[in-house]
Amino acid sequence: MPKTENEKGFVDVVNGKYKPKGVFHIPEANQPIFNKDTGKLAGITNPRDMTYMHSYGGEAPFFEGLGKGKLMATRCDNDKCDTKGSIYQPFRIYCPDCLRKNTIIDMTDLAKTTAKIYSYIITHRSGAFNSLPKPIKFINIEFEGVVTILMSVLAVGEPEFDKKVVPIFNTKAPTYTITDLRFVVEGTSESELPEDFTF
Amino acid sequence: MIKFSDRQLKIPKLMRPVYLATVGMSKFDRAFPETRTEELCIQAFTAAADFVNMTPSELKQYIHTCYYGHFADHFGDQLLGESVIHDRLGLDPLGNIGVKTGGATGGSTMWEAVKAVASGYSDCTLALGWERMDEVPTDEGNHLISAAADKDWETPLGHIYTGYYAVMAQRYWKIFGKEEDSFRDTMAEIAVKNRGYARMNPHAQAPMKITIEDVKNSPIVAYPLRALDCCLMSVGSACGIVCDEKTAYEITNNPLRIYIAAGSHTLRVADRRNMAIPLLPNETPDTYKDLAKRFPGSDRYPGFTGFLAARMAAYYAYGMAGIKDPIEDLDVIELHDAFTISDIQSYEDVGLRPYGEGRDYIESGDAYLINPQTKKPGKLPSNLSGGLIGCMHAVGATGLMQIAEIGYHIWNRWDEIHEPQEKWDAFGRKKPDDWTSLQVKGAKRGLAISHAGVGSHVTAAILMDPKNLLKED
Repeated sequence: MPKTENEKGFVDVVNGKYKPKGVFHIPEANQPIFNKDTGKLAGITNPRDMTYMHSYGGEAPFFEGLGKGKLMATRCDNDKCDTKGSIYQPFRIYCPDCLRKNTIIDMTDLAKTTAKIYSYIITHRSGAFNSLPKPIKFINIEFEGVVTILMSVLAVGEPEFDKKVVPIFNTKAPTYTITDLRFVVEGTSESELPEDFTF
Repeated sequence: MIKFSDRQLKIPKLMRPVYLATVGMSKFDRAFPETRTEELCIQAFTAAADFVNMTPSELKQYIHTCYYGHFADHFGDQLLGESVIHDRLGLDPLGNIGVKTGGATGGSTMWEAVKAVASGYSDCTLALGWERMDEVPTDEGNHLISAAADKDWETPLGHIYTGYYAVMAQRYWKIFGKEEDSFRDTMAEIAVKNRGYARMNPHAQAPMKITIEDVKNSPIVAYPLRALDCCLMSVGSACGIVCDEKTAYEITNNPLRIYIAAGSHTLRVADRRNMAIPLLPNETPDTYKDLAKRFPGSDRYPGFTGFLAARMAAYYAYGMAGIKDPIEDLDVIELHDAFTISDIQSYEDVGLRPYGEGRDYIESGDAYLINPQTKKPGKLPSNLSGGLIGCMHAVGATGLMQIAEIGYHIWNRWDEIHEPQEKWDAFGRKKPDDWTSLQVKGAKRGLAISHAGVGSHVTAAILMDPKNLLKED
């Protein structure tokens, strides 16, 4: 049963501190677990309903960018680094080699023109709290000039190695999570996109 | 890093020889609704004491420091679970610490225990691991496991770890397996082999007498992986006790030498960058000069087809123990068969076959106790315990179970652990009418690979009969 607005927790940052408001946990009584065969007590349930407050820190520009239709990445621009020029997607705040702060770049156009599938898997299974429609088509995406291989999901089309794909973004009702970014096969029309998503 | 300095490639050195004195393990099962974790840990520790004809309190007298492997606190809703177990084992006020490296937790726990002895800090340490994955519903368990992936970049994508892992299987399946029916059969053969070996193991959770067709007809989890290609979710405990030479020989007449090393790689497979293949002693640069030609699409290393962490762990451990060719130098091996296809990947990572040719280790019959083709002993039998597919994957205990099983073979005491009718009865399991000894005759050296998830951590533990070492100290 989805929570009502009165049962949810909300948080702002004010003066550098978290300011929670609303409900962050709903108490529920323990229940005994009996062995039906012996009638004896075996254990107890421990219900938990909690909400975490999590900082995106230096990655916040990436997650905020998705809701604006932007795919932000980072690049090492340190002249003294052996791997200078490497572009990272997933977005890395610091270069893994020189540990200098990377430069944030907008790679939306690069993704729209060069993204292709490196690997994929289709699964009908999911864990608790999943919000993606099933089956889930996991894809790993290579971009020209990017040294890493981003994991995402294919929302429209069938995955194949080297198939060209383009990013889509949840710009109408962003959740500010990685699920705001998905991909579709090249040639997909706007009308085929999932609700709230745009190119 | 994608380039390594000479300092980073230094072969690890133990400051004094370390010996495995005894091992023990509990029954493994999917759930123990009426057994507390400490009961399973005490079962494993008591088995280790029995193995050297001591009472638990006698064995405890030797222990100086304790290392506890327990990966998933959130499954049990208990932080400092290590402290609970340490108290219940009656080992206060000895120093103790918890170790957590995903699926490699058991191996990593032993890694720490060995280093404490090698350094001289302790003369005798306990490495004990367990896992409790039965106290939440399965879908919540899937979510909790997926929390071992990156929680911002991966976990929200389905909350299902299999999805993050299986993309690697897909790549291997297409590039090195070439989507061949024969390769699919080889994958299935691993499931048949390991579940079949599990039939001879009273500790094992999922013994099965099945066929290749059964595996290929089992439900799809994530193509090409089917249910019978996948490892178990388990509860149970295992332990090992390591010592310096003097203490080891006070506990037992025949301790085993132990060497252990570890490697790592990115938590997200997304972060794997291209690099040169680090070579093992049985490989040369020529080994891979035409790899991309033979297997188009394999030009990126490790890409999704190899596990750099396993390769590095093997590199370090082989150097420590003097192993030049694992097939020739080892007699028995336990690999981390989380999935049939990842089992094949590890054959290559640890040098049983070159990259791209892992399937041959199974197809040649080398991986069997008795080679099905020649009817002679296999060159290097693997996962005679049943592995993660047939015996168990109680995460924090898995690597320690593997080390225990290798030990039983080298001690030539495998039958003593797996045959007694009383144990089958005590575990409530039926001993098969065709029960057969899987003792590797004359085993002198063995290897256990403990591996985390998509390859973030791997340890390689090598056990040897002290009279059959390959390298002088």
